[in-house]
Amino acid sequence: MSFLQHDVPLSWYLLLSAILFSLGVVGFLIKRNLVTVFMSIELMLNAVNLSFVTFAYQWHEVRGQIFVFFVMMVAAAEAAVGLAIIIAVFRVRSTLAVDRIDLMKL
Amino acid sequence: MNESAHLWLIPLFPFLGFLLNGILGSRLPRRLVSIIGVLAPLVSFAIVLNDFGATIISATASCPSCGTVTALALPVAEALPFHWITIGALQVDLTLVFDQLSAVMLLVVTGVGFLIHIYSLGYMRGEPGYARYFSFLNLFLFFMTVLVLAGNFLLMFIGWEGVGLVSYLLIGYYFERNSAAAAGKKAFIVNRIGDFGFLIGIFLVLSTFGTLSFGGIAVTLSLQPAWNGTVLTVICLCLLVGATGKSAQLPLYIWLPDAMEGPTPVSALIHAATMVTAGVYMIARTHLLFDRAPIALWTVAIVGAATALFAATIALVQTDIKRVLAYSTISQLGYMFLACGVAAYSAAIFHLVMHSFFKALLFLAAGSVIHALGGEQDMRKMGGLRTKLPVTFWTMTAAVFAIAGFPPFAGFFSKDAILYAAFLQGTGGKLLWFVGLVTALLTSFYMFRLWYLTFMGEPRSETAHAHESPRSMLIPLVILAILSVCGGWVGIDRFSAYLAPAAQAHRPMPTGNSALEFILSIAAVLAALEGWLIADKYYRRKPERPAQLAAALPNGYKLLSNKYYVDEFYGAVIVKPLFAFSKYVLGWVVDTAILGGITWLLAGIANITGMILQRWQSGNLRSYAAWLAAGVAAILLFLLLTGSSHAWSFTLFHSEPILKVSHISVAQFGQAAH
Repeated sequence: MSFLQHDVPLSWYLLLSAILFSLGVVGFLIKRNLVTVFMSIELMLNAVNLSFVTFAYQWHEVRGQIFVFFVMMVAAAEAAVGLAIIIAVFRVRSTLAVDRIDLMKL
Repeated sequence: MNESAHLWLIPLFPFLGFLLNGILGSRLPRRLVSIIGVLAPLVSFAIVLNDFGATIISATASCPSCGTVTALALPVAEALPFHWITIGALQVDLTLVFDQLSAVMLLVVTGVGFLIHIYSLGYMRGEPGYARYFSFLNLFLFFMTVLVLAGNFLLMFIGWEGVGLVSYLLIGYYFERNSAAAAGKKAFIVNRIGDFGFLIGIFLVLSTFGTLSFGGIAVTLSLQPAWNGTVLTVICLCLLVGATGKSAQLPLYIWLPDAMEGPTPVSALIHAATMVTAGVYMIARTHLLFDRAPIALWTVAIVGAATALFAATIALVQTDIKRVLAYSTISQLGYMFLACGVAAYSAAIFHLVMHSFFKALLFLAAGSVIHALGGEQDMRKMGGLRTKLPVTFWTMTAAVFAIAGFPPFAGFFSKDAILYAAFLQGTGGKLLWFVGLVTALLTSFYMFRLWYLTFMGEPRSETAHAHESPRSMLIPLVILAILSVCGGWVGIDRFSAYLAPAAQAHRPMPTGNSALEFILSIAAVLAALEGWLIADKYYRRKPERPAQLAAALPNGYKLLSNKYYVDEFYGAVIVKPLFAFSKYVLGWVVDTAILGGITWLLAGIANITGMILQRWQSGNLRSYAAWLAAGVAAILLFLLLTGSSHAWSFTLFHSEPILKVSHISVAQFGQAAH
């Protein structure tokens, strides 16, 4: 564990987390397929998880790691519900293109 | 303080009667409604009598040799066991005060009130809304007793407003008749004007004395015996405005004649005997203030004298029996104001009591006549009822002699006391006395005119079916007639001696002598006799003369029969401009243009903003996400640029435990991210 503390600087982890998060955001914004969008959300969640773990380790704080478990649990629940919704949407609309799922506007 | 007088019970019983008859009345049998309605004032009257008797014992027991008598030492003040209003230093309690003044007043209110309740049993028999009538009558007694017992201005004001409300309700008792509804509204609105002045007076009292209780004001005044500042005059003039509204004095008397739209017992109780005397009572109650304000006192006297004369002249030519009595009431109330104005408060209250006897009697007798004639109120269609309604005739005769001021009837003593007190007040007082004397002549004339037109001569319309009223109506008549005859025998000296602790003027009073008083009373009796003789000539010996006189003086007659066109004057000067102002300025400009315009403007702004913003709601998931990301980015950018020196940004990221190893701060994080 010591190599982590000494050889790899903290900023690298944070940088990686930021890159992953940005990838998630970009993916969310540009992809049209609902499943891909959904995966982008998972990516963002895990990027945040990574920074949680990093800070928790840095500050010797267990709370950050507990948060990660919470996030993972919620993500699992969200995946179940989200996939169910996606399936339901596909059954009704026969498409997964987010641009065409826009019935909520005025 | 001796044993409790249980003052709160006095208003309680009428209130219970009001609740019972008001809520359940329409489901109860009439007999039960009657019992409840009459029992409530009877119980109150019994309590008042009991307390009053105790005070009499204490008055006679004040000699040291009498030993200890369980008696009531006046004034008795009882506060309900909680603070009503506490705002800063101001504290108002529900204090009831029983002193000589309120004792006399309560006797009148509950006693005459009880008699009129009994009378109503017969008069209102068969009327729709019988229970409503009795519940209102009981409610009136509740508010009136609260008004009389109040130990501070605020509680008095509640009673004051309450009796005004009941007056409105009972004037409009026959609300299906348009004129009755309009008369009720008129009474209420005109009273509001007076109440406004009263309220201003109360506020001035509060800001001047810091308290609203009569006792507290008396203490403050006694600590500063030389103080008679302008503010006292202003307070008294404001109170006077209130009194002129409630007691139907110039210039706010106009509601009282119209109030005759109500049932006749209501006219007797509220618009003759009790409620309209509230203004006189209020002035007597606050006389410590008036004693320090000579200008206000003179105003009271002048208003009273002017009203007395003014109303008496109108009464000369009225043909409606109740309207004659209404103007007569206004005139007699003017006498009471005149007495208050010359600081003869005892004389004012004395006349108030006597007036309540004979004026209630006059109204009830008039009601009996109207009842007998099936609702006819026009005196020109009456006549010759002497033999058909003997009891009514004889009791009415007693009342007429009493109000005209013939000895030994009640009105003689009280009117005499007022005129004497006025005469003693220098040159101005002599003028007031003269006005009072002329009014006495006019009073005698129009009362005997009424007497002749109603009872004497030959019937001027079909009165064959006229019949004497039921016994429940006649008994109150007889009792009141006895009081009208004998009431004055108490004598003003004994009366004012009893009243002195509560109503003695705290200012130098001129002293007279009994010879002068005797001469003045002779003059008053002569004036009354003259009035009778003129009436006798016009309405018995030469019945064609009134018409000739009216034809000879067409303008004068028209002026009087149209009541000096005061209603028309107020209509043109106040009511019409007010309506025009409401319609054009308030209605069109303020409501439609300004308020409506602002509303339309606001709605338009919201509408346009919505039309712009709704383009954001594209329904496109990715556009929402983009805005979200942009928002987060903007917040982060803002935090980075403003740095962590801001306290709120620190607390935003602050977490326990406080960083010991502080080589990573938000600013450094920003640098690391670059």
